[in-house]
Amino acid sequence: MIRTEGLTKKFGSFTAVEDLDLEVAEGEVYGFLGANGSGKTTTVRMLLGLVLATSGSVEIFGQQMPKHAGAVLPEIGALVEGPAAYGHLHGRANLAVLDASGPRGGRRSRKRRIEDVLDKVGLGGIDRRPVRTYSLGMRQRLGLAAALLNEPRLLVLDEPTNGLDPQGIREIRDLINELHAAGTTIMMLSHQLAEVEQVCGRVGVLDRGRLVLQQDLAELRKPTGRFVVTTPDVAQVRTILGQRVEGDVPGGLLVAATDAAELNRALVSAGVRVQGLVAEQRRLEDLVLAATSAGADRIDR
Amino acid sequence: MITVELVKLLRSRRTWVTILLVDALPTLIAVLLSVTDLGPRPGTGPAFLSAVLNDGTLFPLAAIAIVLPLFLPVAVAMTAGEAIAGEAQSGTLRYLLIRPVGRTRLLVAKLVSVMAFVLITVLVVAATAYVTGALLLGNAASTGGTVSVSGSSLSTSELAWRTALALLYAMLAMLGVAAVAIFASTAVRSPLAAALGTLALLVASTLLLPLDAAHVLRPYLLTRYWLSFVDLFRDPILWTNVVHGVIQQCAYVVFFLAAAWANFTTKDITD
Repeated sequence: MIRTEGLTKKFGSFTAVEDLDLEVAEGEVYGFLGANGSGKTTTVRMLLGLVLATSGSVEIFGQQMPKHAGAVLPEIGALVEGPAAYGHLHGRANLAVLDASGPRGGRRSRKRRIEDVLDKVGLGGIDRRPVRTYSLGMRQRLGLAAALLNEPRLLVLDEPTNGLDPQGIREIRDLINELHAAGTTIMMLSHQLAEVEQVCGRVGVLDRGRLVLQQDLAELRKPTGRFVVTTPDVAQVRTILGQRVEGDVPGGLLVAATDAAELNRALVSAGVRVQGLVAEQRRLEDLVLAATSAGADRIDR
Repeated sequence: MITVELVKLLRSRRTWVTILLVDALPTLIAVLLSVTDLGPRPGTGPAFLSAVLNDGTLFPLAAIAIVLPLFLPVAVAMTAGEAIAGEAQSGTLRYLLIRPVGRTRLLVAKLVSVMAFVLITVLVVAATAYVTGALLLGNAASTGGTVSVSGSSLSTSELAWRTALALLYAMLAMLGVAAVAIFASTAVRSPLAAALGTLALLVASTLLLPLDAAHVLRPYLLTRYWLSFVDLFRDPILWTNVVHGVIQQCAYVVFFLAAAWANFTTKDITD
C-alpha cells in the first residue's frame, strides 16, 4: 500500500531522512515510531507530497508520488502535525470549506457526511461557536473528522491522541480499531508506545532519519519461554534449577520453562516459597529503546 | 476552489472592514470640501481635487487619485500577502494541499480572489465617491459640461468611458501590487512580512521617483505611471504614459506571478 525506496531528504546539510525503505501492507495498522526530530513527520510529509524528496521514491496504491498526487491523495485522510482549521469559522463550516475545496466533495452528500464524521469523533453536538474557542481536544477531534470525511482507504495519523484526556484516548483507540476492522489501512505516528502496542499490528522505528527496526508485534507478543519467579529463596531456586536460571530480576529470577504449572510444582514441592510466577513479557519499550539513541530534542554538551 | 476562495473573501469581515476604511478617506475629504468650500488651488493637491468643487461628477476620479498612492496598495498588499502565508501560518495550507488542491490551482484561486478584492474595492470607492460627489459637491455637469484637464469641454458619455478606463487602469496598477505581494506570500512564513515587504518596494519606488540620480531606474519603478490616468482626461488623450504604464504593470504582473508559481510549486511545505 505504501512503499518507499531509498527515500532521502536533506535540508541544506542536515539529513532529516536517509535511505528509507518503508513498507505498509494493505489493511494493517502500522505504528511509525521514533523520538522527536527523528524524521517521522518529514517522512509523512514526503508521503503526502508536501515535502519533496531529495532522492528515492514513494509509491502509494501502486502509483508514484507526488507525480500522481491527484489520483492518490483523494483516497488518503491525514492528520499532519496537529489539526488546523479556520479559527473564525465554526466546526461544520470548516469541514464544508475543506470538502468543497477538493475533488469528490459531492455537495449533495456533504451535509450527511459531515454529520457522520462528527458523530464518529464525538462532536455530533457542536454548536456554531467558532473553532478558535475550541479546546485542544475538540480541535484534535475536528482534525480527525476532517481526515475521515472522504472515507479514505488509507489514514495517516500523526499523534492522533494528542491533547485528549484518557476517556478521549480510549474513544480514539476504539475508532481506530473500528476503522481497521472495516478494512482501512492506518499508519499511526506516535511516541506513546503503550498506545501503539495496543492498536498496531506492526511497527517501524526511526532513529535519526534511518529505519532501525521494522517488526510484527505478534512476534513481540509470542511467549518467550521464560518466566519471572518472585521468591525470597533465590539461592534455593538456583540449586534446584541450575542451568535453567537465566538471569536476575529485582526480588526474583528469570527462569526458562515450558509450562508454568510444572515449574510451580517443582519449586513448591522442593519447599521454595513462591510469591509470584508470571510469563516474561517483552515490551515494545525495551525493543525501541534498544534500537534507538536519545531523541534529537536532547542536546548534550 | 475558485468559488471557495471567493466565498471565503466575501464572507470575511476583514474584507469589508478594509474596504470601508479605504473608502472612508475620500468620503471624509468630500464632506470637508463641501462644508468649508476650500478646495486646493488648481495644480496642487491630488489630481482633480481642485475641480470637484465645481463639478462633483469628477469626484470618483479624485477619490481614486487620493487612495491610489497609499491606501489602496496597503489594502491590496495586506489581502494578497495573506494568500499563501496566511494559510501556512494557520496550518490550513497543508490540509488544503493534501485534500488535494493542486498548488497551481490554489495559486490561481488566490489570485482570482485578490483580483475580486481589487475590483470590489475600486468600484466601491468610485461608487461612493460618485454619490457623495453628486450630493455634496458642485454640479457643473447639469449646467455646462465637464471641463477636461486641457480646458476643453467633455460630454457626459465621453466622461463616462474615460472614467471607466481610468478605473481599469487603477485596477491594473493594483494588480501589479497584488502580484508582488502574492510572490512575497509564497516566499515568507508570515503574512505580515509579505505585506510589509511589498509596501517596502512601494515606498522605495515612491522615494526614488523624484530623485534625479535614480533617473535610469525611473521607467522600471512600480509606481512610475500610476497617476498617468490623469492623461486620459486631456484633449486629445495623451496616450504615451498610459500605454507605458499598462505595459510596465503587465510586465510586473507576469514576472512576479511566474516567480510566485515557480517558488510555490517547488517548495517544501514544512509549516
